[in-house]
Amino acid sequence: MPSRWVKTTFPTGIHYLSGNEAAAEGAIAAGCRFYAGYPITPSSELMERMAVRLREVGGVFMQMEDEIASISSVIGASWAGAKAMTATSGPGFSLMQESIGYAAFTETPCVIIDVQRAGPCTGQATRVGSGDIMQAKWGSHGDYQIIALSPWSAQEMYDLTLRAFNLSEQFRVPALVMADEAVGHLRENMLTTAKVEVWDRKKEKGGSPFGTEEEDLVPPMPFFGEGERLLVTGSTHDAYGFRKTDDPEAHAKLVERINEKILRNRKTIVETENYFLEDSEIVVIAYGFTARTSLYAVKRLRKEGMKIGLLRLKTLWPFPEEAVREAGGEVKKVVVPEMNRQQVAGEVRKACQCDVIPVNQTNGEVIHPETIIEVLRKIG
Amino acid sequence: MVRAMEKYIRPGVKLTPFCPGCGHGILMGSILRAIDELKMDMKKMLFVSGIGCAAWIPSPHFNGDTLHTLHGRALAFATGAKLYNPDLCVMVVSGDGDLSSIGGNHLIHAARRNIDLKVICANNMIYGMTGGQVASTTPKGAKTSTTGEGNPYRPFDLCKLVEAAGASYVAKYSVTQPVSLINSIKKALLHVGFSFIEVLSPCPTQFGRRNRADRPDEMIQDLIRQCILKGEAERLTEEELEGKIITGEFLECPK
Repeated sequence: MPSRWVKTTFPTGIHYLSGNEAAAEGAIAAGCRFYAGYPITPSSELMERMAVRLREVGGVFMQMEDEIASISSVIGASWAGAKAMTATSGPGFSLMQESIGYAAFTETPCVIIDVQRAGPCTGQATRVGSGDIMQAKWGSHGDYQIIALSPWSAQEMYDLTLRAFNLSEQFRVPALVMADEAVGHLRENMLTTAKVEVWDRKKEKGGSPFGTEEEDLVPPMPFFGEGERLLVTGSTHDAYGFRKTDDPEAHAKLVERINEKILRNRKTIVETENYFLEDSEIVVIAYGFTARTSLYAVKRLRKEGMKIGLLRLKTLWPFPEEAVREAGGEVKKVVVPEMNRQQVAGEVRKACQCDVIPVNQTNGEVIHPETIIEVLRKIG
Repeated sequence: MVRAMEKYIRPGVKLTPFCPGCGHGILMGSILRAIDELKMDMKKMLFVSGIGCAAWIPSPHFNGDTLHTLHGRALAFATGAKLYNPDLCVMVVSGDGDLSSIGGNHLIHAARRNIDLKVICANNMIYGMTGGQVASTTPKGAKTSTTGEGNPYRPFDLCKLVEAAGASYVAKYSVTQPVSLINSIKKALLHVGFSFIEVLSPCPTQFGRRNRADRPDEMIQDLIRQCILKGEAERLTEEELEGKIITGEFLECPK
């Protein structure tokens, strides 16, 4: 799929920003010109920055009456041609699930940033957690795919939000950025460039918007007002959008294509990062903020002579099965630290059948390197 | 539908799904006639609907861009599309349950913001598609599949609700007043701001069958008898107004 390079509107160079602010800039750089949202700790600063920046770049900002209205208007705007986004946290993410399923089934590009906090429920609003990972994949009813990325720094809040837009457009699928309070509120240096590479949705006048024979399984997407007489519906539909609510073949075909569309393209979508895996006997598999403290732990123990490495998951969904299988294949043990109760550890076990040792912490705080080091020393 | 109106129907669509005696077919024809009489550009129209029988009026029948959304969320989807592309003429066609029950919050906020949306609320006072459950607009005492002893609660006065919330064009008609209805829809299409037209539409299958009127023509006759225009109502006594439904344009202000 062709891409193009666009100039960014933000001054080039190093900026000292919080993750939330950086994510807003990444969205603007990607071409996001519609934001609808609802305030929720710890994501509100992202929305507040979008309110200011969208006015500056001639986009549309709306604070809606609730999260459901927010994601719904994002989808409406996307079909009107916008690169559109919303941001929220756990409770709002829960409210949005029906609409996320709608976006997946109608193949609507959109970006949702979940700045996760300690749950379940209202939980600890100002504290950190990673409890929404499974929900990101399975939150709505039925079988569908989404893309979920996991940033670990303010830099990645920018880079991965930009990437989320690009993947969302390329594959006509909701793309989620699974951030958390730690990375959202952390202020650190990050670098912006003068130009960024962006992808846009496929266009084809008169093409079928909900079916394709193309290899990548991604149909073209017209928008309202182009005279294409779009038939967008959340009911099972054929290639032109006509409801097929009694046709077993049509339902099987559509459900399969929207799943295969993502699974078949995993090589393009999935990103991971390796540290010292070549000769490791113990591998830590981590993501998001926890990967930072994991990397510190791994580096410290390497200095002490332990043969230990880190596989960092930058993509959570589709799950990086291949990378996990490769990393976990030869080793004695795999350690998965996370701020939830084995949400990713379970997927690791499915992928590599290795001896997985979870390090779970659900106390609203980030996992200290010492906690991880202690576990690793015991195993080593 | 007469030949002249065929161009407004999507090619490939042959039948409507509505029950015999449903009022939605009349409403559908009224909307298209209003569009035709104004010579609106169908390429610039966007029809948004939720879930329910009325939501099937534009989708798939209308030969233009249609967005069939989730239950109650039509106004939120429509808001996004309209705000991003203000050149679109956005009409929302949905039912009373979809717009005022599950969608109630989006209804009052869209009205409050006075966003330029043309909202046609087909009110059959019941949840028809799912089998006749009670709605926020079901008359007190009416029998439904979930209120066998009669609805204990009073219904919304939708027009008052939407007016109080901030709408700038509010009207109420019945499918038995097609000329007035078409004129009102035309007004709404040209109005800049939040327009809301409540359209009483009989549901003999779910409402009528449980509440006295077994035959569709009985429900139509009831509506003809009960609906009186605003001007007429002003000349009647309270006694004479008993059992009458006042229709007309209740609010019309510039944006």
